[in-house]
Amino acid sequence: MSRRLDPAVQLLGPCLLVVAAGLLAGSVSRSVEIDVLSAIVSVAIVVSIYVFIGNSGVLSFGQISFVAVGAFAAGVMTIPLESKQGVLPDLFPLLRDHSIGNLPSLGVAAAVGGTYALLVGMPLMRLSGLAAGIATFAVLEVTHNVLREWTKIGPGATTLSLVPETTGPLQATLGALFVIVVAFAYQRSRLGRMLRATREDGAAAEGVGINIHRQRLWAFVLSGALAGLSGGLFVHLLGSITADQVYLEITFITLAMLVVGGTGSLLGAVVGALAVSGLDSFLGRAEEGAGVGPLTLDLPQGSRLIILGVLMAAMLILRPAGITGGREFSLRRPSRGDTKGVGQ
Amino acid sequence: MTPVVAALDVQTLVDAIGQGAVYALMAVGIGLVFGVLRLVNFAYGQLIMAGAYALAFASAGGWPVWAGIALCYVVVVALSLVMELLVFRPLRTQSPAVMLVTTFAIAFILQAAALVIDVRDGTIGQAATSIASLNRAVTIGGADVRKITIVAIVVTLVTLGVLALVLGRTSIGLHMRAAAADFATARMLGVRANVVIGSAVLISGVLAATVAWILTVQQPFVQPDFALKETIVVLVGVVVGGIDRLWTATLGGFTIGFASGIINGALPTDKTVFLPSVLFAFVIVVLLLRPQGLFVRGRSSVVDRV
Repeated sequence: MSRRLDPAVQLLGPCLLVVAAGLLAGSVSRSVEIDVLSAIVSVAIVVSIYVFIGNSGVLSFGQISFVAVGAFAAGVMTIPLESKQGVLPDLFPLLRDHSIGNLPSLGVAAAVGGTYALLVGMPLMRLSGLAAGIATFAVLEVTHNVLREWTKIGPGATTLSLVPETTGPLQATLGALFVIVVAFAYQRSRLGRMLRATREDGAAAEGVGINIHRQRLWAFVLSGALAGLSGGLFVHLLGSITADQVYLEITFITLAMLVVGGTGSLLGAVVGALAVSGLDSFLGRAEEGAGVGPLTLDLPQGSRLIILGVLMAAMLILRPAGITGGREFSLRRPSRGDTKGVGQ
Repeated sequence: MTPVVAALDVQTLVDAIGQGAVYALMAVGIGLVFGVLRLVNFAYGQLIMAGAYALAFASAGGWPVWAGIALCYVVVVALSLVMELLVFRPLRTQSPAVMLVTTFAIAFILQAAALVIDVRDGTIGQAATSIASLNRAVTIGGADVRKITIVAIVVTLVTLGVLALVLGRTSIGLHMRAAAADFATARMLGVRANVVIGSAVLISGVLAATVAWILTVQQPFVQPDFALKETIVVLVGVVVGGIDRLWTATLGGFTIGFASGIINGALPTDKTVFLPSVLFAFVIVVLLLRPQGLFVRGRSSVVDRV
């Protein structure tokens, strides 16, 4: 096969995985369908996180903030007008008196996520390493605190409910595919390559005239917009959401997905999200005592997070480059090279 | 007098100092390990939580007070050393960011493990009441001060004093300070890495156990997220104070504990809902403007910037 086809093959691999999951979702029982759909939405979330962490090599605990604002924006804006004034009476008039459809709400979610990322990123992208980790964690804390307490922009500490459940197999699959294609286009673009150069060697990249701060900010904003969009998909899948659902636990799980799959490649993000989601649903069922297929496991409540945590820690200690080892999908024999993990 | 100022009486002040003292102990525990390993331990709060569960277990079994406290120290120190052996040691050569993510995972493992152990009796949470009598108040100079506040302040002062002696006057203390300043050079001069790191982890475990029994007096109901909020706030204080040096980290921990004690004591609850946002926004500003920390003079080597 010609080398010119390599990029197409690289993009095809992750896309086929998502399409296969989407087809699976359409052909299984309702309870399994929810699990498959949330796995596909996880792909969208993890790929959007990967756009920043994977390409820049800078750690961020804050990307779930953009999922959160996207989910809340899309959720608040799509609650039908006739019930909105009843359930969310304290909203700003602009939010309270208008509602929009499903597709515009996804656009709004992406715009809100991207704008928020731009505001946060402008100062924060000067930091890297440990300082970046702690500062982005602070962003997550601020976002959670504001979403939980400010009833003028959302439900506050209560549940945001009555959101139309429009994320079916088609919307989930198309949404995830969109995020994957944008992420792939970005990482092969001039901007993406410049950022990946700063990941490999900051000093050398600056030496050839790359502005590290600007390149990281581009990726952060793109990642924020895609995360916002994923948040929109997420809230339309669940039909309701609380501020606590987009806080520490999902940050942990999505980071585990990225680390397990491999932070260095798009394929890693997709494989990690699907594999860990599958394991997570299986363990979740086992915790409830339900058998899955021929296996019947009865795990105590909480063991799901132990197993995911051990998997994540073991991966970081034994194989920091993840399952895919930082490689993209290819039909050739894998070659050595691009195998960087986060922050290395 | 406005009500805000009137509420700020001696009792609030003493309570705030007590809270600052406990936070300072946690800051020392986090700062010591950071000094030798460049590792921010997200799982520090879960060590304290484990100690609190040990106390709850002891008080459920009707153990004498000294045995419960001994169990608390044994459990926390053992857990710290296991963590160092299984997690910190293989990760020693990795970047601080990788270590941070890993301790994040460890924190989740320990918290989930506590949940698994905890829900076997059908309820979440256990009571640790063996030393709850320390929660009673004594009247000093017209103010009601709970005994535990005095105990916390005294224990902190003694601990910090002993630690200063160990770090300043013993050879292991000298080794630890050398390792914190420049690990590679220290090793070349004969400082043994495993001994130094082991001692730092051990001391930090002892501190976590101490914090565990002090906190259970104030919050006798032990749940899997015990000390989680406190740890996050202390991490903030440590970073704001200056994580690169032990004393600035400790001062940062004390300051944030004292300040939140004053604010929580002086303002009504509905006025403090956005306090975490203000706190964390402050962290971001400090990281941007003074990444070496508020109380540090000169530049720091720890925070690499673009």
